[in-house]
Parts: sequence; C-alpha cells; structure tokens
Amino acid sequence: MVVLELRDVSKAFDAVQALRAVRLGLRAGEAHGLVGENGAGKSTLVKILAGAHPADEGALLMDGRALRLAGPADARAAGIAVIYQEPTLFPDLSVAENIFMSRQPLRGLRRIDARAMRARTTELFDRLGVPMDPDRPARGLSIADQQLVEIAKALAFDARVLVMDEPTAALSGPEVERLFAVVRALCEAGSAVLFVSHRFEEIFALCERVSVMRDGRLVSTDPAAEVTVAELVRRMVGREVAEMYPKAEASKGPPLLQVRGLSRRGAFTGVSLTVHAGEIVALAGLVGAGRSEVARAVFGVDRHDEGEVLVDGRRLRNGDTAAAIAAGLALVPEDRRQQGLVMELSVARNATLARRWSLARLGLLTGGAERRAARTWGERLRVRSAGPDEAVSALSGGNQQKVVLAKWLSTEPRVLIVDEPTRGIDVGTKAEVHRLLSELAGRGVAVLMISSELPEVLGMADRVLVMHEGRLVADIPRALAGEETVMLAATGHGGAG
Amino acid sequence: MTTTLARSASRRLRQESSRLFVIRELGIVAALTLLVVVTTIVNPRFLTSQGIKDLLLGSTILAILAVGQTVVVITRNVDLSAGSVLGLSAFATGSLFVAAPGLPIPVAVVAGVLLGAACGAVNGGLIAAVQVPSLVVTLGTLYVFRGIDYTWASGRQINAADMPGAFLSMGNTTPVMTMFAIVVLVAAGYYLRAFRSGRELYAIGSHPDAARLAGIPVGRRVLAAFVVSGALAGLAGVLYAARFGTLDANAGTGLELNVVAAVVVGGVAIFGGSGSVYGAAIGALLLTTIGSALPALGVSPFWQRASVGALILAAIGLDRALAVRLARTLRSGR
Ligand SMILES: Nc1ncnc2c1ncn2[C@@H]1O[C@H](COP(=O)(O)OP(=O)(O)OP(=O)(O)O)[C@@H](O)[C@H]1O
Ligand SMILES: [Mg+2]
Repeated sequence: MVVLELRDVSKAFDAVQALRAVRLGLRAGEAHGLVGENGAGKSTLVKILAGAHPADEGALLMDGRALRLAGPADARAAGIAVIYQEPTLFPDLSVAENIFMSRQPLRGLRRIDARAMRARTTELFDRLGVPMDPDRPARGLSIADQQLVEIAKALAFDARVLVMDEPTAALSGPEVERLFAVVRALCEAGSAVLFVSHRFEEIFALCERVSVMRDGRLVSTDPAAEVTVAELVRRMVGREVAEMYPKAEASKGPPLLQVRGLSRRGAFTGVSLTVHAGEIVALAGLVGAGRSEVARAVFGVDRHDEGEVLVDGRRLRNGDTAAAIAAGLALVPEDRRQQGLVMELSVARNATLARRWSLARLGLLTGGAERRAARTWGERLRVRSAGPDEAVSALSGGNQQKVVLAKWLSTEPRVLIVDEPTRGIDVGTKAEVHRLLSELAGRGVAVLMISSELPEVLGMADRVLVMHEGRLVADIPRALAGEETVMLAATGHGGAG
Repeated sequence: MTTTLARSASRRLRQESSRLFVIRELGIVAALTLLVVVTTIVNPRFLTSQGIKDLLLGSTILAILAVGQTVVVITRNVDLSAGSVLGLSAFATGSLFVAAPGLPIPVAVVAGVLLGAACGAVNGGLIAAVQVPSLVVTLGTLYVFRGIDYTWASGRQINAADMPGAFLSMGNTTPVMTMFAIVVLVAAGYYLRAFRSGRELYAIGSHPDAARLAGIPVGRRVLAAFVVSGALAGLAGVLYAARFGTLDANAGTGLELNVVAAVVVGGVAIFGGSGSVYGAAIGALLLTTIGSALPALGVSPFWQRASVGALILAAIGLDRALAVRLARTLRSGR
C-alpha cells in the first residue's frame, strides 16, 4: 500500500533545476533506498517531503489524498519525520529539549514535564545503544553524536513516514546496525521509510526497493534483489567507475609525523603513532573512540595535557595551529560546516582560504588567480556549482565537502590529516578522492586518514591503527588487516597487533 | 565497557556546566555585594532607609524593562525602542489623568500596558513584514515613538498636581513597586522555563534556521516577544509616571542603552539562545546600585560612566571565558 506519493514534482533554484518531474511512491512497511551523485537532487526531494521547500510543480499525495505542506509543521502533523543531511540542533539547549522541541511531554496547565522528557530521552538512547547525557547541551557534540540525536529526534514521534537523508554518514558499524534494527522495527509496525545514502552495502542491507536519481530526474526504481551495485552506479554516473580503492605502492620515506604519549583528559590517553613519508595510515575505531580528538590535538586546535607532536623531527608548540600549518600540517576536519567553510563566501574564496598568501600579489588577492585555482581543483573533484562565485551555502552537502577537500589539498601539505574524507561523497568522486590521496602519498606526503568506512580503510591504508575508548589498541599492517581483526580491536576484543 | 568512560565523563560534564552557570550568576551578586559593602563603609549614609528605597524604586523600572528586553534578546533580536515606549506610555498615563481625574488606577495601568503592547506589535509587525533586522527597525521606531511623544506633548508638562494622590503614593511605596517587578520577573521566568512557546523562544535564538525546520512559527513567536517587551515598557511607563509625577516628552530618553547593558551584564547572550530573566534583573539592580553608589563615593561623573563601560566589558569577557571553558569540557564527553 502506497502511503506517500510524489507526482511529477519539479523544483528549481533560480537557474538550477534541482528536480524534474519526479515520481516516487513510498509503501507502508517498506524501506526505500535513494541513491544518486552529489547534487542529483536527493536532499531537495527530502526537503520537499519535509515541507521545508515548496514544490514548483506536481503534487504530494498521502493515502491517495492531496497533501498540502505550507511548512515543516504541516509535514510533522501529517506524520512525516525527517532527518536532514546537516544536523539542525539548537546548541544552547539540552539534548532532551532538542529531541522534544515543540512536542515536550506536558503535565497540568500545559506545562512541560521535564522529568518525563528526560526519561523518554534516556529510553530512546537506550534503544539506540548510545550512552549520552540527556541534560548536556547540544553544543560540542561530535558530528556522529549530533547525528544520533537527530535520529532520536525522528524516532521520538511515531512517524508514518520516516525520511532519512544520509543519517549514517558519520556513523561506524555498530551504530549503523542498531539504527537499522530500530528502523526495521518501525517498518514492521507499518511505517514507510525513505533512506538516502552513498553506501551501497547499507542500501542493500536495509531496503526492499532502490531508486536512482540523476540530474534531478528519478531514473529508475527496482526491487533491491534485482539490481547490482555496478548497475546502480552506471545509472547514477552514466559511466563505468574506476576501481574503488587504488592505493598505489609508494616507497616509505623517513618518519614525518611522530606523536608520543599524547593525552587529553577525558578524551584519549597515551597515544603514540608514527606516519612515514609516502605512507597512508588509517585510524579506525567506533564513534566516540577519540579519533577526531587526537587529530584536533595533533593539529593544535585543542591543547593536549601530556605528550608531544613532532613534524619532521621538530616539536610543535602545544595548541598552536599556525605553527602546525607552518610546519606543513593540514587537517581536513570532520565538521565541514562549523570548521571547514565560510558558508556565505563564494566557492572560489572558500577553496583558496587556506593558501591566500601564495596566491596574492603584493599582498592583494586578485579574483582571477583565486578563480583559476578554484577551477582547477573544482574540476578535479567535480564540484557541481553554478560557478566559482556561487555561495557555498547553495551547494549540495557532498559538494560542500569537496570544497573543503579542495581547500586543504591545494595547500600542498607535507603531512595531511583527513577526518572522514569521503563522508557524503558519491561513488565517482570517492574514487577520485582515493586516487588523489594515493597520489599525494606517492609524492612523499604522510597521510593520516580517519575513516569509519571499513572498505575504505582496508583498501587505502598501508597500516591500520585502531582506537578503543581513547586508547590505541592495535597497529595492523596492510597484509594482516581484515574486516574481522579491525572490528574486534575496535570493539575492545582484539589483542594488540 | 563503552559506558564506563562515557558515564564518568558525562557526570564530570554536568558538574562542570552547572558550576560555570553558578559562577556566572554568583559573579554579579558578588560584584553587587562588594559594591554595597565598600560604599557603606566609605559613606555610611548610603544605606539609610531612604537610600535603600531609592535603590529599589529605581531598580524596579529598569528591571521590568530588562525582563522585556531579555525575552526579545533571547530570540536573537533587540528592542531599542523601549525607552521611547516608556516615555510615550508615561505621558499617556499623565494625559489620561488630566482628561479623567477620577480614573481608577488599574484602568490607567491596563491602558499603559496596552499602549506599550501596541507599540511592540508595530515593531514586530515591521520586522516580519519588511524582513529587516530588529536593530534597524527598532532604531527607527525609537525616533518615531519619541516623535509622537513630542508632537503630543508639544512642549507641555504634566505635574504631580494633575495626578491623583493615591497614584503618586503608589509610585513611592517600595513594597508595591517591588511587587510589580517581582511578579513580572517570576511570571516571565516561569513562562520561559515551563512552557513550550517559552522554550521555542530559546530555540529561535539558538539556531533560527533549525527552528524553522522544526516547525516553530518563528515570525509569530518573535512578534509575540516584541509585544511582551512593548507591554512591559508600557507598564514601566505607568510606574515611571507614578514615581516621578513630573512628565514631559523627554521621559526615559536614552534608557534603552541602560536596559541593554543590564541584560548583557546579567549574562543574557546578545546573540540569543541563552540567559535568564533573573540574571537580567540582577544586572538591572547592579547598574542602578552603581548609579547611586559611585556619586556617594565621590567618584567624578566621567569615572562613573567609564566604570559602567568597564563593567559591561568585564561581563562580556567573563562570558567569553566561561564559554570557552564550557566548550572545551563539552567536546570531551557525551
Ligand atoms: N538553497 C539552494 N539554493 C540554490 N541551489 C540549491 C539550493 N539547494 C540545493 N541547490 C542545488 O540543487 C541541486 C541539488 O542539490 P541537492 O542538495 O538536492 O543534492 P543531493 O543529491 O542531496 O547531493 P548530495 O549527495 O551532495 O547531498 C544542486 O545543484 C544544488 O547546488
Ligand atoms: Mg544531499
């Protein structure tokens, strides 16, 4: 039975036609996968279902009757719960309030029942297996935790239709498993689910049917059992995509990044690691294991309490990012919106923010040089925008991620730390990013890559370091690294490698 | 296994954040106490019963304005027209008594509140209609409302003799006046904490786009916040008339800056999303106390003003330092 249906829905943003006559039906009790390249229009479709954007043309039908959505409140009232691609939390409010905003449980005189709210939050987190304090403010949550709060928010009301736009992009295996268990339970209870993701294994694990979008069109819908990944990719991209993880052999040079006994109270303890020139070292682990925290401390965004960081044998000052950049370190951060981009500025300006001085003449930045540099990197990473002068806020999520990558790759670092480099990036570009990382390593750059995607870790890394609860628990050479060894270590069951 | 680290971290986190909150509120109270003690030692006449009375009466009006301003600032807006609305309402109250000498006091109070609410509705309506930041809109209405006041008064002055004695004595009875402030304060504080629409005001200031996606009627809520701020400025205007008795078109000129200062000193984030009306009220009390303590200490007018400035900067500095500490703690736990 079709619960929610889109009939020939179109939507344009000025000159960009984001959706063209899209037809899609979501059935009760069924999870429906949606894939497509960055900028194909997936999030736009999600936002139309959410009531956040009005459709230019076409109609929405719920249970066969026309559904008019004047705003997000209407969609909620109709029983549509949405997880947006970018977290939309209120940083000053507690996690519990974020989850129940405008729907807080009430007691007499329509007052908020804070105790019931806290209890229900704890219950939701238990279902998701997340030990999070309901009373802490949302400010400062890692991207993964923010996403978990978003998920809890959507689960908090018994939705008839659950729409999820890349909810798993920042999560690692076990969290994804738990999310899927909850979603399957919802399906069994009769809800319809739309699931957007760039990870095919997740699509096939969860969904009964898969649709492909390309350039704003919905090009196909098939039962998941009747299509292959290769077929989906071909429909998405319109060409064959090169081998996924082409890490080229590179000769190992001298140690460029050395971290010794690094500790930060409450985050990680006694982390020591070395990355040589020409080497790609992956840092694997579960969400919350402290990987991003280590990266931030190494780069000097956060201070560390103990230990030292050496680049090319020279010690970096604690908490000094300028010194780190000067020493040739670059960090592509986890949270692109907060830490990687200036949303109001143009694509070109953002892409060149980190290397303004080398582009400037006599201290003046000429628009021409900036645009040329942006175009080069933009083309390599296939950034899809109306032009280099377009504001970054108008790009699709994946394309924003590409601009962040371009920004740091263009600084030509000696040591590159990338935190989830392909989060939210489509297959075609993913291969390109992997090729770029491999090429950088080939030129003698030391790469430290944090990734929650196991295939990426196994395919790209010369060595896999695994963190568990703030400690480095395993160091596995490429030859020995397998799905099982890494996962066991990450969950705290493996011996040191 | 995963839980042990997370749980101890979360406990530490909660302790730390509540401690920082307490530091913030205690900071103002400590500054206030210190000021009073030092002034009383240097000049024992400062804390006579008349001195205390002046202090409380003065704080009442500023505190009521600060509560209204807080409701607006929480939503990432500002109401610069508060002083002009107070002036307009004060003059209207006086004129009302001139026109109808036997008017019951509650009617005058309600009239002032309604006039203020209407001004607030104009502010809120303009902001929603023309999509211009509230800073600009209320800067405009600051002059417009004051202009109306001038035209209406056209040089006239209303004196104590024009108003009923009971009204004037109310304005100089400390318990009655403080009661107004306390009722307003407690009601606003409770509303902001315990009702959905109150929490939505915080959500709007914390992340306006997310508020829209959460289905919060942002425009309506902001409009309501301005109506509340206007109504409280109207109430403050009535109390102002009762307290001073002599009214012309200049009543309350420049007061809006004191109000914003009280709110900032009281720890309400100027970019919205956090802060309490209680903090703002203590801020109002502190500013009023400074206003009468420094002259009692024989400080020159220049240094009086400079010290208010220094206080604002210190408050902002403290907020910043606490925010940095809090952010660091929050990042390292769940
Ligand atoms: N607010 C906006 N203003 C202008 N253009 C927009 C806006 N939102 C999206 N677009 C454009 O619409 C197109 C579709 O974007 P959309 O976000 O739907 O892509 P997507 O399929 O979700 O991609 P991704 O996988 O990167 O998240 C893009 O070309 C994008 O630049
Ligand atoms: Mg998207």
